[in-house]
Amino acid sequence: MANWIGGDQKLPQGRLILVSYMVVLGILLLLLGFWKLQIVQSGHFADLAEKNRVRSIPIIAPRGKILDRYGRVLVDNYPSFSILLLRDDPAQIKRDLPQITAGLGITSADLEEQLAEARAEPKFQPLIVKPVASDADLAFVESHRIDLPELELMMVQRRKYPPDDFLAHVIGYVGEVSPEQLAQAGGNRYKPGDIVGKAGLEREYNDILTGTDGMRRMVVNSVGKPVRTLDDTEPIPGKPIQLTIDADMQRVAEQELAGKIGAIIALNPQNGEILAMASHPAFDPNDFSIRISGKEWRALNDDPDKPLLNRAIQAQLAPGSVFKILESVGMLESHVPPPDFHVFCPGYGMFYGQLRHDWDPKGHGEVDLHKAIVHSCDIFFYNVGMRMGIDKISYYASALGLGKLTGIDLPSEEPGLVPSSAWEERVYHHIWYPGSTISLAIGQGPIEVTPIQLVRSVSGIAMGGVFYQPHLLKDLSPVKVVHFPISENTVKQVTDGMYGVVNEEGGTGHEVGYPILAQAKLQDIQFCGKTGTAQTISAKGLLRLSAAERKNYRYNTWFVGFAPKRNPEIAVVVLVQGSALEAGGVAAPIAARFVKAYYQKKLGQPIQELEVKATPQKATVPTPSAKVVSAERN
Amino acid sequence: MAERRHGFELDWWLLTIVMLICLVGLLEIYSSTHGGPLHGMQWKQLIWIGIGFAGMLALSRIDYSGLLDQTPLLYILSIAALAVALVVGSKHFGARRWIEVLGVNLQVSELVKLIIIIVLARYFSEVRTDRLTLADLVKIGVLVGIPASLILLQPDLGTALMLVPVAIVGAFLAGIDWKHAAGVLALGAVVAVVGWHGHFLKPYQKQRLATFLDPEQSPRGAGYQILQSEIAVGSGGFWGKGFGKGSQNQLGFVPVRYSDFILAALAEEQGFFGVLIMLLLYLALLLRLVDNAQKAKDRAGMYLVMGVAAIFAFQVLVNAGMVIGYMPVTGVPLPFMSYGGSSTIFGFLALGLVMNVRTKRFVN
Repeated sequence: MANWIGGDQKLPQGRLILVSYMVVLGILLLLLGFWKLQIVQSGHFADLAEKNRVRSIPIIAPRGKILDRYGRVLVDNYPSFSILLLRDDPAQIKRDLPQITAGLGITSADLEEQLAEARAEPKFQPLIVKPVASDADLAFVESHRIDLPELELMMVQRRKYPPDDFLAHVIGYVGEVSPEQLAQAGGNRYKPGDIVGKAGLEREYNDILTGTDGMRRMVVNSVGKPVRTLDDTEPIPGKPIQLTIDADMQRVAEQELAGKIGAIIALNPQNGEILAMASHPAFDPNDFSIRISGKEWRALNDDPDKPLLNRAIQAQLAPGSVFKILESVGMLESHVPPPDFHVFCPGYGMFYGQLRHDWDPKGHGEVDLHKAIVHSCDIFFYNVGMRMGIDKISYYASALGLGKLTGIDLPSEEPGLVPSSAWEERVYHHIWYPGSTISLAIGQGPIEVTPIQLVRSVSGIAMGGVFYQPHLLKDLSPVKVVHFPISENTVKQVTDGMYGVVNEEGGTGHEVGYPILAQAKLQDIQFCGKTGTAQTISAKGLLRLSAAERKNYRYNTWFVGFAPKRNPEIAVVVLVQGSALEAGGVAAPIAARFVKAYYQKKLGQPIQELEVKATPQKATVPTPSAKVVSAERN
Repeated sequence: MAERRHGFELDWWLLTIVMLICLVGLLEIYSSTHGGPLHGMQWKQLIWIGIGFAGMLALSRIDYSGLLDQTPLLYILSIAALAVALVVGSKHFGARRWIEVLGVNLQVSELVKLIIIIVLARYFSEVRTDRLTLADLVKIGVLVGIPASLILLQPDLGTALMLVPVAIVGAFLAGIDWKHAAGVLALGAVVAVVGWHGHFLKPYQKQRLATFLDPEQSPRGAGYQILQSEIAVGSGGFWGKGFGKGSQNQLGFVPVRYSDFILAALAEEQGFFGVLIMLLLYLALLLRLVDNAQKAKDRAGMYLVMGVAAIFAFQVLVNAGMVIGYMPVTGVPLPFMSYGGSSTIFGFLALGLVMNVRTKRFVN
């Protein structure tokens, strides 16, 4: 018998019992732990399990279409695929990086930068590595389902904008929501990567156009592979918007501006509906609908012709002689000077000790208000301006809608500026020099207006002082109306004058405007208008230039017109920048051709302007940076 | 009494409890692996149970006093086997734990556990006084320390630690001065700190321990296992999601759900109710072992049974604790439930020792 089997084999029963108590205690503690997880916190963990199990992939709601006034589609959507990179497994991504970049034709530096940027975002948020997948990309992803499971396809709806920069500024474009917009909107309105309107109507009516994204919930396993679809929440498409734009009229406007720098707006003075609005040069919104590269963006931004600028509502320029219409209204309404006021125009005159020239050195002889408008006589309006004084001019200019927002339903409208003595003192801390009033009298000097302001103002005058809010949404409600009653006599005298500009011998718009309408046998439509040329350099400065330089020198030439004379149904403003010819020579025929096209369409005739398509060419005249005060032209 | 020595004197209660645990284990292994690349694992596990059962019957018929006689040889053999496993053993999951025997990879350390139980049972039974001396404690420390270190080198922290409760429970039953107990505790703390800062732990072991301390730290990294296990357990609720319906389990979020984390899979599909039944089964198993120890005919038998009980209790506490995030991930399987050949066979062989002691209880 071995020595370890001793005689005394009493067992430590007490300690054994103590051990069993310890065992019971241990099991109880474990049960308590399970109780805590499974009973107390079970809801929390059930949520986590659900999040594990279910992956939600958004089904992008298509944006609403944009239609013209007759329901023709201007902006549509097309389905496209984006390639997503699922970021659940960084090690795998690192391993597969060369294969992915080679297969999708992207640089690894780009992808790594994107990955670095996305590091702060939750892992389940996939990265869009290729917003628009080509057929080759799709084939690559499909054929590498097994070995590159981190690549996923997402169907998206892309914006399809009209070709040839058509209506670009009005439509605007969409893009990924910016961090600023995200912060501004707050809450859960947007999520990173959402597509929102960034400019133009896309931005103005983003809430209408945007639908509600749907959601596909899929059960995925621990390596993220979808096992089955749980359910779909169908997306709610965005609502379409119908515009007041007439696609035919818009095309006429675009063609007229092809190769030029400028803007055209046509609207109905009786309700403010905009039929056409073009600004050139323009840009291709399709470039924005995907993801514009930094290089393209800089090119657009740095272009001296400012293609991103919607000149129709953002160009703030001196109105030139168009301003004489507003001044005439002020004179007739205030009786300063009296309505029968007339002067003799020798082609020059002294005002506040300064010699001022008329645009026509031959002079206009005896001039009353009607003749002054028709011939755009500077000397007459210098005299009127001198008598009215700065504050009366300023009052009427403001009351008739200059120097303030028109309230058009587009973002980023510029207000322009109408100076006054109070403004001069506030900004420059000195009193208004009466000499400045003389320049202002012919729409020069520190006055800045936008094309949309001019066309609204002239329309309202022709309507007897009823100013409709210009707008692009057909169902806009309410359309704001501003009333500034103008007497019947004033309206008659001013519109008669504007009728004369186009239809009377010697009118500044007659030579180039009248034949266009007469040729189309539309001389009876009573097309009225007013020319304007704002120089950006003084007359003396201009004289110093050589003949060749003078030819290239930049003018802002205007024409604002409407038809018919009473209760006009169409008003149009044309701005052409950089034209060496006078206003009557460039802007007036454009307006006349536009109005001709309008009536041809109205009368059911073929629109001649659309039959011969102009070949667009890029404007080459540079935009001078500063507008130098004044002189008198036309 | 002599006839009893020749018949099968098995503890049928103990066997019933163990078989119930095995059955639940088989069902949960099936639930966790069916329809996937690992399907059919329950049949493999059934084979391990069969082999283990046969081993148990064989071991229960060998007189344990004969085994105790051979302790020096067994001890030396086990140390040698561990050394061989370290040098030439096949590498699985980055650890050298296995020796190929008859075409089957067996984990040497599982057998070593059994031998350490026998070695310590002999040592403790030879202590005549009711108090262990400091020299006794040092000897025990060395006896356990050598194989534990070799196992740690494989590296297999879980199994190495499993030897410690055998010594602790034995020392407690043999009688230990509270000053010595405090000293051992302090020493343990020092070893833990040195082990952490020294190069005794592999980076992944440190990672696991660090993860245990802060599982939320990196959800997709090391804390992922614990977090996913907790999600599985917690989302099970009281009644569970139903057999084969646990999303965490079925979709593979629970790590090694058929083996080390099988309790998480059970907790998700059978809920707190299932866990309660399971833990009560383990409680019954452990108390039945203590009962067997109480009825042993001598101290050596008692130490053998309590050595087995100590390892099982340790496994249950550490494994279940790990599943709910109370214990670090150390790779300790749940006895009779987790899939695994070596651990299942060890469990049954250990039961064989217990049956052996029981068979001899009326002898003398």
